[in-house]
Amino acid sequence: MDTDDHDVTLMVNGVKYQRLVESRLLLSDFLRHNLALAGTHVGCEHGVCGACTILLDGEPVRSCLMLAVQANNHEISTIEGLANKDGTFHPLQQAMHDHHGLQCGYCTPGILMTMSAFLEENTSPSEDEVREALSGNLCRCTGYQNIVDAVMAAAERMRG
Amino acid sequence: MSTRTFGEPIKRNEDRRLLTGQALFIDDVELPGMLHAALLRSQAAHARIRKIDVSKALQRPGVVAAYVASDLGDYWQPGPILVPPPPIDGIIFNARTQVPLAKEKVRHVGEPLAIVIAESRYIAEDALDDIEVELEQLPAVVDLEKGLREGSALVHENVGSNVSAHVRQTKGNYAAAAAKADHVIKRRFRYEHGISSPIETRGVVAQWDARANQMTIWDTTQAPVFVRNGLAGMLGLNERQVRVIAPFVGGGFGPKIMMFYPEEVLLPWVSMKLNRPIKWIEDRLEHFFATTHERGQIHDAEIALTSDGRILGIKDVFLHDGGAYDPYGLTVPINSQCTLLGPYVVPNYDSTFTQVFTNLPIVTPYRGAGRQHGVFVMERLLDLAAHELNIDPVEIRRRNLIPPDAFPYNNGIIYQDFSVLEYDSGNYEPVLDLALDAIGYKTFRDAQAAARLQGRHLGIGVAAYVEGTGIGPYEGAKVQVQSNGKVSVATGIGTQGQGHFTVFAQIAADQLGVAVTDIDVVTGDTDQFYWGAGTFASRGAVVAGNAVNEAAKVVRKKALKLAGDLFECSEDDLVIENGRVSIVGIPEKFVKLGDLAKQANPMRGAVEPGTEPGLESTQYFGPKMGATANGVHAMIVEMDPQTFDLKILKYVVVHDCGTVINPMILAGQIHGGVAQGIGNAFYEKLAFDDQGQLLNASLADYLLPTALEVPRMELAHTVTKSPLNPMGIKGAGEAGAIPGGPLFAQAIEDALDLKGRGVELLEIPLSPSRLFELTRNAKG
Repeated sequence: MDTDDHDVTLMVNGVKYQRLVESRLLLSDFLRHNLALAGTHVGCEHGVCGACTILLDGEPVRSCLMLAVQANNHEISTIEGLANKDGTFHPLQQAMHDHHGLQCGYCTPGILMTMSAFLEENTSPSEDEVREALSGNLCRCTGYQNIVDAVMAAAERMRG
Repeated sequence: MSTRTFGEPIKRNEDRRLLTGQALFIDDVELPGMLHAALLRSQAAHARIRKIDVSKALQRPGVVAAYVASDLGDYWQPGPILVPPPPIDGIIFNARTQVPLAKEKVRHVGEPLAIVIAESRYIAEDALDDIEVELEQLPAVVDLEKGLREGSALVHENVGSNVSAHVRQTKGNYAAAAAKADHVIKRRFRYEHGISSPIETRGVVAQWDARANQMTIWDTTQAPVFVRNGLAGMLGLNERQVRVIAPFVGGGFGPKIMMFYPEEVLLPWVSMKLNRPIKWIEDRLEHFFATTHERGQIHDAEIALTSDGRILGIKDVFLHDGGAYDPYGLTVPINSQCTLLGPYVVPNYDSTFTQVFTNLPIVTPYRGAGRQHGVFVMERLLDLAAHELNIDPVEIRRRNLIPPDAFPYNNGIIYQDFSVLEYDSGNYEPVLDLALDAIGYKTFRDAQAAARLQGRHLGIGVAAYVEGTGIGPYEGAKVQVQSNGKVSVATGIGTQGQGHFTVFAQIAADQLGVAVTDIDVVTGDTDQFYWGAGTFASRGAVVAGNAVNEAAKVVRKKALKLAGDLFECSEDDLVIENGRVSIVGIPEKFVKLGDLAKQANPMRGAVEPGTEPGLESTQYFGPKMGATANGVHAMIVEMDPQTFDLKILKYVVVHDCGTVINPMILAGQIHGGVAQGIGNAFYEKLAFDDQGQLLNASLADYLLPTALEVPRMELAHTVTKSPLNPMGIKGAGEAGAIPGGPLFAQAIEDALDLKGRGVELLEIPLSPSRLFELTRNAKG
């Protein structure tokens, strides 16, 4: 067997992990199967569907298009870290629940990670801006309308 | 709970787990000692297998096993016929079903040739490259008409032709009607429906536990009970020894009910052989070939009318692309044949179809399940007739609607559920009027003219349809009050995002006077509920929902009886609410439901003979036939006449699916269906070459609509209850997806004035490039 293993050290949702990984291991597989953070979903493995989106140093990236070794010394946030410590929802999670922004829920973690980063950058987006920001995430169930409404509502709530 | 939750937009019970990344999907199943499978798939559409040699793959470190068809011995069998042919006189049906691994011949790209089992998926995929394969290419059958010609290559030599099925259904006498008609309009139509492409692909995990003598299978199936029964038979196990769990499933839309996919057959067998758990997760490339499609039909259809636009009859002869195997019988083309009739009075109908074997992936139902094809033909015929007779397209529809006093309306032909196609109830004209009001039909022509003066090209479309839903045979449910007062509801169907955890809870909540959030719904686990058919044909809420209602009613009765005995009062003097049974007017005199459940399972003492323990009931519901929902969609588009870029300015859905359980969840179903209809009409096309190679097998090339293509939708509902079930509900899962094709064709023709330029849009999907081709030689 190839012995092409590397040490990686990274923070995920504020927890430090050290692991020995093969250089070819995808970041998405590393998170899901090595760290048991299976909330990050894999839909296409070619960077189109957006289901595997995580935050790398605060920026949304597709974890299926990165290798685990590339995340060495970086900070990652995943869906498992989005809710508040006391278990209450992030405003975006709450708004998705309130507006029925999810059906099968498979694309949902990627959408939450993409849009939570978007709302950090753009605190009062227009509907067109929300749709543009959402257009890199495919959802086959909802027709997007309720997701758009949820993001708009979350933005309003986060503005306070 | 004293307020009714039925009919209210109750938020979903299942959301928390999904929103926090804690819901169990198939690839989240991790088991000690688990191995991983990868399949070697044919790269040729049609070929004779000369050699498959896995010996080099077996030498690769980390590879545990590799199998080809001959290794399976007697376990190698063609799959069962999932839906047998309906009882129609003169029907021809040549059953040829898929096999676990190809032997002798491959019949479509993606058909599995070998399976490799390894310590990791990465190694299993590496090992696929080690397998030596020699295939002798044969000419591929791709074109439906060429496939039926004398001398065509044959997908199955022993059929003697490429005819999978041939069916004629008639009502009245079309030839006589056409002879009397003022107008007969005939055209050729092509309609292709693509792939469902759920964001989660398929997967199977099989765990044989030799010590427990038990097989557990996690499967992204829409029909876990049938998968259990079938696999138990194949594996030589009792059904009790096999547990099939459909966990959270990331979208299904039809293809996840196909059975048996090769992987569903192979994984359990390998797990028993190796006594190790095995996982297989389909990747997106595989999904384009290994999961079923819906695809195309070619219709030669004609409509006979009076000069005032009344339909005298319709004749249709069509070809249906069945793919390489036909395990799903005739469901898709029968749906096309039946649904074509729509909400209209069609006194004479003569419809014949031929299902053609091709060297393309298998065709099974995908949301709409052939209904789109039929609706496209009917709605386009009416548009053509309106143009020829100089009648407004909406007016010609109105003149032909089935009147409200004509229900139940018998169409006289056989539907996919083997019953006569009879519409149970309906009131169609108000649906049309609501849609016209909402889209602003009366004022549109002025707006269109004003926009045209500014160089903007607006067009409008209005399309109507019916949808057969909620077919039998039956579903069941077990409702059980737990000793903590919470209620468990279990049913055999699988769930893929439809909100079953909430709507079933609402139904039980109202009967039992408990909060929706205190009801725990289990779906898709054969150890939790033993019987059932599955989630298909917009039937979950109708059939399983009614079973939940019946079971909850019995539990309610039991609770009232127990409480009546306790309080020594009549059951009529009791009220059940807020998790308690109390005496009317004396709320302090109460007993908690949980305590009644405890008393129903006593440790000591004698119970009366015939008493069942527990505060629970299992009931079944089977409708005698499907309930027919209906709707009208209307849309205004703006087209760029140079680039054919399309923008939807307004989209209206008015729909009647009987009693509504949860309007929020219903709206979600409609929204999602419309999005898929939009994709089907204008963005999604499977591009095969003449050798059966799919040229756009990635999500970068096969375009699913994004948030930029799907507009805001306006929804309205009317309610015509179904008489076929006590709750009066009809299914709603597919309605949104059905009329997109004719809506787009009509609106685009209108926006670009194509009729005036001699161009008719008689095919779906359309696209900017296809519109360019169709209009390049047009007048004007």
